[in-house]
Amino acid sequence: MRVNVTVNGEQRQADDVWEGESLLYMLRERLGLPGSKNACEQGECGSCTVYLDDVPVCSCLVAAGQAQDREVRTVEGLAEGESLDPVQEAFVEAGAVQCGFCTPGLVVAAHDLLNRVDNPSDPEIREALAGNLCRCTGYEKILDAVRLAASRK
Amino acid sequence: MTLTPAELTSAVSGGIGTSPQRPDGNLKVRGEFAYASDLWHEDMIWGATLRSPHPYARIKSIDITEALKIPGVYAVLTHEDVPGRNLYGLEHKDQPVLAVDIVRYQGEPIALVGADHPETANRAVKRIKVEFEVLTPVTDMETAADDTPLHPGGNLVRHVHIRRGDQNAEAEVVITGRYEVGMQDQAFLGPESGLALPAEDGGVDLYIATQWLHVDRAQTAAALGLPEEKVRLTLSGVGGAFGGREDLSMQVHACMLALHTGKPTKMVYNREESFYGHVHRHPAVLYYEHGADHTGKLVYVKARIYLDGGAYASSTPAVVANAATLGVGPYEADNVTIDCYGVYTNNPPCGAMRGFGAVQAGFAYESQMDKLAEALNMSPVDVRIRNAMTEGSLMPTGQKVDSAAPVAQLLKLVQDKPMPPPAVNDLRHMPGGVSNTTHGEGVVRGVGYAVGIKNICFSEGYDDYSTARVRLQMVGGELTAMVHTAACEVGQGLVTIMQQIVRTELGVERVTVLPMDTSIGNGGSTSASRQTYVTGGAVKAACAAVRAKLGDRTDIGDEVIDETVEWRHRATEPLDPETGQGNAHVQYGFAAHRAVVDVDTELGLVKVVQLDCAQDVGKALNPQAVVGQIQGGSAQGLGLAVMEEIQTADGKVRNPSFTDYLIPTVLDMPPMNIDVLELADPHAPYGIRGVGEPPTISSTPAIVAAIRAATGLALTRVPVRPEHLTNT
Repeated sequence: MRVNVTVNGEQRQADDVWEGESLLYMLRERLGLPGSKNACEQGECGSCTVYLDDVPVCSCLVAAGQAQDREVRTVEGLAEGESLDPVQEAFVEAGAVQCGFCTPGLVVAAHDLLNRVDNPSDPEIREALAGNLCRCTGYEKILDAVRLAASRK
Repeated sequence: MTLTPAELTSAVSGGIGTSPQRPDGNLKVRGEFAYASDLWHEDMIWGATLRSPHPYARIKSIDITEALKIPGVYAVLTHEDVPGRNLYGLEHKDQPVLAVDIVRYQGEPIALVGADHPETANRAVKRIKVEFEVLTPVTDMETAADDTPLHPGGNLVRHVHIRRGDQNAEAEVVITGRYEVGMQDQAFLGPESGLALPAEDGGVDLYIATQWLHVDRAQTAAALGLPEEKVRLTLSGVGGAFGGREDLSMQVHACMLALHTGKPTKMVYNREESFYGHVHRHPAVLYYEHGADHTGKLVYVKARIYLDGGAYASSTPAVVANAATLGVGPYEADNVTIDCYGVYTNNPPCGAMRGFGAVQAGFAYESQMDKLAEALNMSPVDVRIRNAMTEGSLMPTGQKVDSAAPVAQLLKLVQDKPMPPPAVNDLRHMPGGVSNTTHGEGVVRGVGYAVGIKNICFSEGYDDYSTARVRLQMVGGELTAMVHTAACEVGQGLVTIMQQIVRTELGVERVTVLPMDTSIGNGGSTSASRQTYVTGGAVKAACAAVRAKLGDRTDIGDEVIDETVEWRHRATEPLDPETGQGNAHVQYGFAAHRAVVDVDTELGLVKVVQLDCAQDVGKALNPQAVVGQIQGGSAQGLGLAVMEEIQTADGKVRNPSFTDYLIPTVLDMPPMNIDVLELADPHAPYGIRGVGEPPTISSTPAIVAAIRAATGLALTRVPVRPEHLTNT
C-alpha cells in the first residue's frame, strides 16, 4: 500500500508498504529516518518514541498505515539545522548518553514532559520516563539532564 | 551506502582529569549516530535465521524446498553451505556456525534465509522443514559432569583447583551456606545487527556491532574459508555490550548470505531472537564454609562452585578461573580450599557478562560474611574490616596485591554516607509504587553492606595488548591529531578518553578519532574493564613516539608524523594446575556498596530506597564517565538482586522478552551517593584502575543483605522474588 504522512514538517510518501509494517519500520527503512530505535519492537523499552499528532507513542506499536494523513515528529525533527534542542543539549552535557541507543526515545519523552510541565519534580520526571529503558546509565544522569533542561526553560 | 561510521571530533576539548563532552554525543542525541541496525545499502537483502525449538535433539533431515519457492527469497543456506570450518568459539572451537546433525540448545541456528524483506525472510524460515529426534536435555549443573556427554571430551569444561595453606585448619566458628545465582542477561538495547558487503576480491566487508573486531575476524574468516585479509570489519555504532558481544552472533551468517547471493546483506535480531542470539551470565550454585576465630578473623575458607556454561564453552574457562581466584573476596585468609567447575549442559550458552565470575562468587562470599557477623554478634561492616585485604595482602593464588586495596576505607565511606529520610506516606516512594499496593502497612526497612573484588585486564598469561596509531599534522596553521585503533567503543566513552589522552600528551586541541576497524592491529577486547588501561596505554605510548619526533616544535610545516605502537600491560602467569597458585592477574579493582531498602512483607515487593557506592579508580581520567560507569554498573547489580533472570524449564527459555525479563526502570533505580577514590596504581598508565565491573559485583549482595536485615529471611538465591519473601 501507499502511505502519505507528514514527517518533521515535510510531506512524505512511502510505497509498497506491507500491511503488517510498523510506523517504526517505515520511518527507519523507507523514509531514511533511523533515529527512532528498534530495541524491543514490543512497546516495552520506549526507544522508538515519536510524536504522532503531538502525542508521544511507541512507533513500533503503531501500524504504518495508521499514520496516513497524520503528523509525525521524530528525534531528527526536534532541532533546527545544526543546533540542538535544549533537551538534547542537556543530555550531552550531563553525561546522560553512553551507548545512546535509548537516547532518542528518552529525548522525545523528556521533550514532551517539559512541554507539559515547567518545573517537574523528581517523581514527575521518573513517572514520565518510566516507559523508557536504559541499560548503561542507571538513569541518574538522565535525571540530571532533565533537571538541567528544565532549569533553562 | 548510507550511515557509514563517522570520524569524530569534539566541540568541547579537555585533557585527562576533566570531563569533556563525548565526540559522538551530538550525533546520538540527534538520532544521527549510525548503529549497526541503522545501516542501509542499495539493493540490500535481509537475512533471517531458523533456530532449534529443542534444547537437545538429533537432526534427521532438513528440507528447504518450500522455503526456496517463496517469491523474494534469494537463498536458503544450511551447514552444507558453510564454506570453511563449521566450528568456532572464543576458547574452544566447539560451536557450529550452523547445526549439522545435532542441536544442543534451544535457539541454536540451523539454517539461514536471504530475502527482499524481513517478513519474506521470516515466512521462508517457517517453511523450512526439519525432522528432529528429541533427546532428553542435560540441565543440572551439579550433576552434568557425570551425565550424558554433550561434547566429545565430556561435560566438564574446566575445573580450577586452589589449595593454599593448611587444608585441615579448624576454627571456633564455622559458617556454611549454599547459594544460587540465576541466569542474568546483558540486555543491551541495540540488538545484534550488521551489514555484510560482498567485495570484488572475493572477500567481504562487514559493518558490525561487536566488542572485539580482530577475534571476530579470525573466527569469521576461518568459517568462510577466506584468508583474514579478505575479511574486513568496521565497527558500527554499538548499542551497549556488557559482555554479550564477545562471541559471534550473526557475523558469519550475514557474510555467508552476502557471498552466496552477491548482495549486501543486513541482519537485525529482534528482542526475542537477541535472547537466543548471545551468551548470558553463568548461573551458579556455590557451597561455602567459612571458619573464623571468636574475634571474627577468618581462619579458612572452603568453596565448591558450579557454573553452568550451557551448550557451548564460550569464555567459560576464564569465568571459572575468576570465580575461583576471586572466590574469597577482598579478604585475607591464609587457608583456602576452592574447587570451581564449569560444565556443559543443554541450557542456553553462557559466557561473558560484566563482572565475569566475580559476581557469582561475590554474592556467596558476601552472604557468608553477613552470616559470620550475625553468628559473632558483630556488625557487618566490622567483620569485613576485621578481614579486609590491604596492599601487600596475598590472594588465594598466593599473588601479592601490589597496589592500593582500600577495602576498609571504602566500607567506611559508604557507612558514613547520610541515611535517607524515613519512609513517607507517598505512594510513589512505596514498594509497588502507584500500583497502590500499600500505604506503609507491612513495610519494613533494612540496610545492607557489601564489598567486592575484580581482576582488571586479561589474565593467566594471555598476551593482552592493544595497538594505537597517532598522526600529527598541520591543519589551518594548527597542529592537529588523529587517533586510530581497533578497540571497540560500545558506549563506555573510549572515544572521549582517547581524545583526552592525546590532548594531554601532545598539547593539541583538535583530535579526530577514526572509525575502528581491522585495517590496524588488534585492540583487544572491550571487556575485563581493560580498554582505558590497555588501549589508553597504547595511545599514550603512540603519543610518546610522536612527541619524540615532534620535539619542541609547534609548527611542522608539511611534515606528517605518524606512529603506530603496540602496547602490553605487564605479563601474568598461568595458574599451577595442582595448587591454583600463580601471579595470574594484572590488577585488582574494589568497590563497596551500602543499600537501603523498604520491603512490603505482605506482597514481597522491594523498593531500593538508596544505593551508595565507593570505588577506587586509581585516577579518574574522565570523572563524569567514571561516575556514569558506577551508576550503570550498580543498576545492573540491582537488577540481579531483585528482578533479572532468564528462567529456564527443561532447557527452554520461558521469558525471552522485555515484557517478562525485567530490567530496572527509572522507577526502580534509587538515588546514589558516590565516592571516587584516586589511589594511583604505579604499574598502570596514569595510575588508572579499571572501572566498569567492580560496581556490578557489590551492588547485588548489598541489596540482598538489606532485604535480609529488613525481613530476617535467609535469602540464599538471586534474584530475590516476591515468593521468597512471602513464602507463598
